[in-house]
Amino acid sequence: MTARRLETGGRIDRSRELTVKFDGKSLPAHPGDTLASALLAGGQQMVGRSFKYHRPRGVVAAGVEEPNALVHLRSGDRHEPNAQATMVEAFDGLTSTPQNVWPSLQFDVGAVNGLLSRFLGAGFYYKTFIGPFSGTKYWMFCERFIRRAAGMGRAPTLPDPDHYEKINAFCDVLIVGAGPAGISAALAAGRKGDNVFLVEQDRDLGGSLLSEPLGAPSDAWLAQARAELDGLPNVRVLTRTTAFGAYDCEVFGLLERVQDHVLAPEEGKPRQRYWVVRAKRAVLATGAIERPMVFAGNDVPGVMLTSAVRSYLNRYAVLAGERIVISTNNDSAYPAAIEFAKAGARVTICDLRAEAPTQFVDSAKKAGIDLRPGHAVLKVSGGKGVKAAHVVRIGPGGKIKGNATRIACDLVTGSGGWAPALHLWSQRFGKPQFNEELDAFLPPAEKGTFSCVGSLIGSPSLRDTLSQGHEAGGAVGKEPALFGHADHWGRNLVPLTVIAKVNGRTPGKAFVDFQHDVKLADIDQAHLEGYISVEHLKRYTTSGMAADQGKTSNLNALARMAELRGLPIPSVGTTTFRPPYTPVTIGAVVGHDHGLNFRPTRLTTIHGWHQDNGAVMIETGAWLRPWYYPAKREDINDAYIREAAHVREHVGIVDVSTLGKIAVQGPDAAEFLNRIYVNGFKTLPIGRLRYGIMLREDGFVFDDGATTRLGDHDYFMTTTTANAANVLARAEYLLQTAWRNLNVHVTSVSDQWCAIAIAGPKSRALLTALTGAELSNEALPNNHFANVTIAGVSCRLHRMSFSGELAYELYIPAKRGRQIWEALMAAGEPFNLKPYGLEAMGALRIEKGHITGSEIEGRTTLKDLGLEGFASSKKPFIGSVLRKRPVLEDPARPSLVGLEIVGDTSTRAGSLLYALSAPTKGHGEGWVSSVTYSPALKKNIAMALLSRGPERHGETIQVVDFVGGQSWLAKVVSHHFFDPEGKRQNG
Amino acid sequence: MSHYSALSILGHGLTGNRYWSRAWRDPAPKPSYDVVIVGAGGHGLATAYYLAKEHGIRNVAVLEKGWLGGGNTGRNTTIVRSNYMIPGNSAFYDRSMRMWDNLSQDLNYNVMLSRRGYYYVFHSPGQAEGLRRRANVMLGNGIKAEFFDRAQIMKRLPFLDYSPTARFPIFGAFLQPRAGTARHDAVAWGYARGADKQGVDIIQQCEVTNYIWDNQKIVGVETTRGPIRAKKVVLAVAGHTSHLAAKAGLRLPIETHVLQAFVTEPLKPLVDNVIVYGGAHFYISQSDKGGLVLGGDLDGFNSYAQRGGLPIVEHTLQSAKALIPSISRLRLLRQWAGVMDMTMDGSPIIGKMPVEGLWLTGGWNYGGFKATPASGYCLAWTIAKGEPHPDSAAFTLERFERGYQIDEFGAGPYPKAQ
Amino acid sequence: MLRIPCPVCGLRDETEFSYGADATVRLPDMNEADPKVWHDYVFIRDNPRGPHKEYWHHVSGCRQWIVVHRDTLTHEIFGSALAREVAA
Repeated sequence: MTARRLETGGRIDRSRELTVKFDGKSLPAHPGDTLASALLAGGQQMVGRSFKYHRPRGVVAAGVEEPNALVHLRSGDRHEPNAQATMVEAFDGLTSTPQNVWPSLQFDVGAVNGLLSRFLGAGFYYKTFIGPFSGTKYWMFCERFIRRAAGMGRAPTLPDPDHYEKINAFCDVLIVGAGPAGISAALAAGRKGDNVFLVEQDRDLGGSLLSEPLGAPSDAWLAQARAELDGLPNVRVLTRTTAFGAYDCEVFGLLERVQDHVLAPEEGKPRQRYWVVRAKRAVLATGAIERPMVFAGNDVPGVMLTSAVRSYLNRYAVLAGERIVISTNNDSAYPAAIEFAKAGARVTICDLRAEAPTQFVDSAKKAGIDLRPGHAVLKVSGGKGVKAAHVVRIGPGGKIKGNATRIACDLVTGSGGWAPALHLWSQRFGKPQFNEELDAFLPPAEKGTFSCVGSLIGSPSLRDTLSQGHEAGGAVGKEPALFGHADHWGRNLVPLTVIAKVNGRTPGKAFVDFQHDVKLADIDQAHLEGYISVEHLKRYTTSGMAADQGKTSNLNALARMAELRGLPIPSVGTTTFRPPYTPVTIGAVVGHDHGLNFRPTRLTTIHGWHQDNGAVMIETGAWLRPWYYPAKREDINDAYIREAAHVREHVGIVDVSTLGKIAVQGPDAAEFLNRIYVNGFKTLPIGRLRYGIMLREDGFVFDDGATTRLGDHDYFMTTTTANAANVLARAEYLLQTAWRNLNVHVTSVSDQWCAIAIAGPKSRALLTALTGAELSNEALPNNHFANVTIAGVSCRLHRMSFSGELAYELYIPAKRGRQIWEALMAAGEPFNLKPYGLEAMGALRIEKGHITGSEIEGRTTLKDLGLEGFASSKKPFIGSVLRKRPVLEDPARPSLVGLEIVGDTSTRAGSLLYALSAPTKGHGEGWVSSVTYSPALKKNIAMALLSRGPERHGETIQVVDFVGGQSWLAKVVSHHFFDPEGKRQNG
Repeated sequence: MSHYSALSILGHGLTGNRYWSRAWRDPAPKPSYDVVIVGAGGHGLATAYYLAKEHGIRNVAVLEKGWLGGGNTGRNTTIVRSNYMIPGNSAFYDRSMRMWDNLSQDLNYNVMLSRRGYYYVFHSPGQAEGLRRRANVMLGNGIKAEFFDRAQIMKRLPFLDYSPTARFPIFGAFLQPRAGTARHDAVAWGYARGADKQGVDIIQQCEVTNYIWDNQKIVGVETTRGPIRAKKVVLAVAGHTSHLAAKAGLRLPIETHVLQAFVTEPLKPLVDNVIVYGGAHFYISQSDKGGLVLGGDLDGFNSYAQRGGLPIVEHTLQSAKALIPSISRLRLLRQWAGVMDMTMDGSPIIGKMPVEGLWLTGGWNYGGFKATPASGYCLAWTIAKGEPHPDSAAFTLERFERGYQIDEFGAGPYPKAQ
Repeated sequence: MLRIPCPVCGLRDETEFSYGADATVRLPDMNEADPKVWHDYVFIRDNPRGPHKEYWHHVSGCRQWIVVHRDTLTHEIFGSALAREVAA
């Protein structure tokens, strides 16, 4: 092909030259070019190799429908695969390389596949590589090579250096597409005062008008319209923005390419912006995409869409060929052909129709065009570029007559009619209607809050397009006057795009889907094998499944299947389009929600102190909590054992602010608590607190915690950290739906209160010294609370124990958390106070036999956990009926026990339990839920659920960790290892 | 019927691929069958295949309102695994894994089973303990599982986020080495071809609108292609289970929810395994064509719509970048959705229904694909022998009344939490 | 993305809410002792393909439970009301 840049014309800025490279070669480019136009202007006809057969491929289109010209763009950490050259704006410093080639674009080893193509047809993989042997090894061996050969671009391996942002927006009307229809709609809606979004994927407004010759009447109209839109503050124009998805309730996803047209984003600017727009209504003016013709060799570089060649000529001043043969089935090729001829090309039009359209005949002839009505291109010859078109006479119904004539040429274009870009409409509403006259699927002009206008609904003329837009926009102000005479629709079309020999075959490979290398013969074979529904066809041949989502192939594949089945196209069906319309950058949708901002991190108000004092933190859900406070050279085991032992000997404090806290208030609060806890709460006096357990409605244990009665109608509930939100939501559900006669308010106060547990034999002395309050066992017995003042801050001191020690929980207004923690640390010095972390807290609670999330794991009952004694028999409670289902009453269920491990190594949580003499196979008789070394007992201990556990105290069992290849012997004991009488906590 | 092999490919290639025979017939419905299976997805077709192959019951029709394999079989993320922990599940999914191994040979159709390994990345000691219990149960039952610490997993999966800015630092990973992926369409097509070959009628574009009753017994179905009588009617209709069960007067422990899946543009090999992120509900693999296949959470509300919304797109892509930061510049090519029959414990229901004449395989949540061979095999056995197959015996409808919830995650009786 | 009309806060994104369950299912009376009644309440759903009354919780808003009338096939929302104001 001898494409070249013309001396004049085009919407490019010739005053500036850009450095643009492809495969190491410099291309002449100006601002306003795309990479594709620069490639053509630079004579780079071949731009890549095809997916399966590695055939040479060139630019086919000028827009989002481009199937072939996919490249690696930029380099280093901005490397990007599968960039569509037609959508990449030329910028200074642009580097691009071909993909799917080895060792080079010109000489590619994979091209050998082309020679084997007859064996690589539809369904090839399904029929072979099964292998003579059983198992899947043979396939997996072959798969390695197939995977390497497949794929397209190379993925980046470095983190993305660019920023992205997300914007939430609202509007009255979202207009998608800023061609004449969309602009006309935006003007009317804007004048009406609507809050308007006008979205255009191109960098400029105009749509098809940008492919009109420079200086055409449309230029003046566009400039005027743009000026009016700019003057309307209620109209927001978003260019370089694709509306990629239409979702329920008129929500749209948009991708704005803010800084993709430069080498690297400017400081402070995002590369792309993801918009979520909630519109009251939508006007779709998304236009139509030209259908290629299907003939032998229609994928040779230099075979293009007629409309694309016209865009390259008028918009970019690139004449894509000198000697052009056009194959058309409708009128739209004629104005284009005349322009090609005027630009200096020799043009032949093969019109599949018997007559050339009268209104164009004269001007075409005047332009020197060779008109061949009743002709079609049967075949293109050439390898890495078009050499000739083989043209035949064609009768009604597409039957070819006689022998082909060879016309030497360098460019062949196809005009197979137009396929409306109805993707957004289809995403939302499903199947469109088929219009036989236009041989296309069309959406209706109105559906729900959607209006469709222009070429999208097959508007017959610019006049209609402008009025449709005007009406859809709200018909305010003067309807745009007609300018020019551009037709946006292929009129007088004969529904024929496949040119084959009389036997139905093409003299060479004819492609339906370029990107996935699906040949006409593959469609035929799929038909032969019964893959005849449109979805089977698509999946079996992979037609329409490539990155272009079949924008140029769907209709041709469907038409062929319809022809083979002898059915009209709508009886064969169409596929439903799925978002996104064009591929969307993952990073853009992620926005700022990555790295540490992937999810919010919750910190207690004491967090700073933990950090300052060397705590190793651990994630627990959204929270960061102190895991342990290592002294010099301590590992986690040294640290937690020291911390736990210290608590039992002296006194320790731990930050328990993450507990859920709920204020339960109102005259019926006691009744409410009585229903949601298994144990009774009606008799709880003011000033006391009680441990309570909740079940799910299906009878399994849900959560536990303590609830304190602060006043007549005022209770303070704590929940586990993990279930804080769930307990509150559940309480609200019950109170607002079934129990709305109960006068109770529940309010989360988790964030209002900081909580510190103070545990150890010296805790009373420390707190007495600090608060000056009377805290004797008589004044403040276990499970009571007192109001105290520390450093001028009013706090509530709950006497309760999770560690089994004499212990308290101090509830502090959240903002004062660190201040009080520090006051405690200061006052605690004489008592040898030390902080302890989650790991030591775990060790202490295991010694004491208290359960946590490891045991309340969603499948355990009160009985399983040895807590049945808590269940009141005097009242119903949530879960009280279903917890008695027969399987849950089975005495053989695994139930909670303690294990003392024989030997001096610790077992592992998640190990399985087997009877001493039983083979270690199968699910076992239970499992280990929690393990620790017990500094108090100087033993490795564990909590476990063991079948008939409580009956088996004293038995020795096997504990097996298959994963680590280890097993232990353990003695089954009560899980109340330490101070089972509770002397310490009650003393 | 062409037998498929490299040789047949060669032969047909040399004759211009003009003589391939149909993969399955397009028969008109007969007035009656021994068994009518509603739903030509993987489960329905597999059931028909094994009825014919294992039990000689060939007078069988599979009715499909659309096109075969067009529901969840053709929409899922193709993962095949058996990392289960609850007694009722282990043997069943292990059977399925063993059947997958020779499925291509059995069907003479390459289902492209790729045992590329299934990693579950964990981010806390607590998560590791839960997975260790699961792995121990698997190993105790003869199913391979491995554990890796952070240093080991860095070597195996170097492209994950090990940086200090990872929100959920990686502690290690669990691996089921024999798990992997298979080609979803091939499973439906292979079973369809195999069943058809044995005389099963697969009738597409045939929607069941009601049942034919004889007293209290179901004796056939009314369809858009006329009444079809049957001694036994089997429902294998995934998300539409409740809808068709309701017509038989049954209410089930099932809600229908939408699950989305996503694929990126095709790339040269990047992710060689299935990887599950423990920081959020997210998993990723790479298809043989090169697209990264991503999955995440349910949309979270009852839906039969087969399309999903933006919140899950955001959630899934955020998780993708959190796990693999370099994914950021890649592009999402397509999102789609299937409607899932989510049960109250996340496990399926297989067997005879309380209505005479009616059988069901349903409630597959989002784990139906990997179960396809065993589900078809066990249900065919159940239908033929009139008693549950031991491996699927736990999946009864009555289990909720008895208190035997087969709850792999302990998430409670909430379908959207499974 | 659904846009859900909250009777208190107005039209809001689905992401502010959390889905509850079928709103026609009623919690049994606490004195109900028949396991079948509780079983049906906890486990059994009509799961209609079409109009559906369902609970949503405006967790990131007013924290009210609301009953939304929505079509499960088309996602069309017909209306909503506060759960506490819907006739039991």
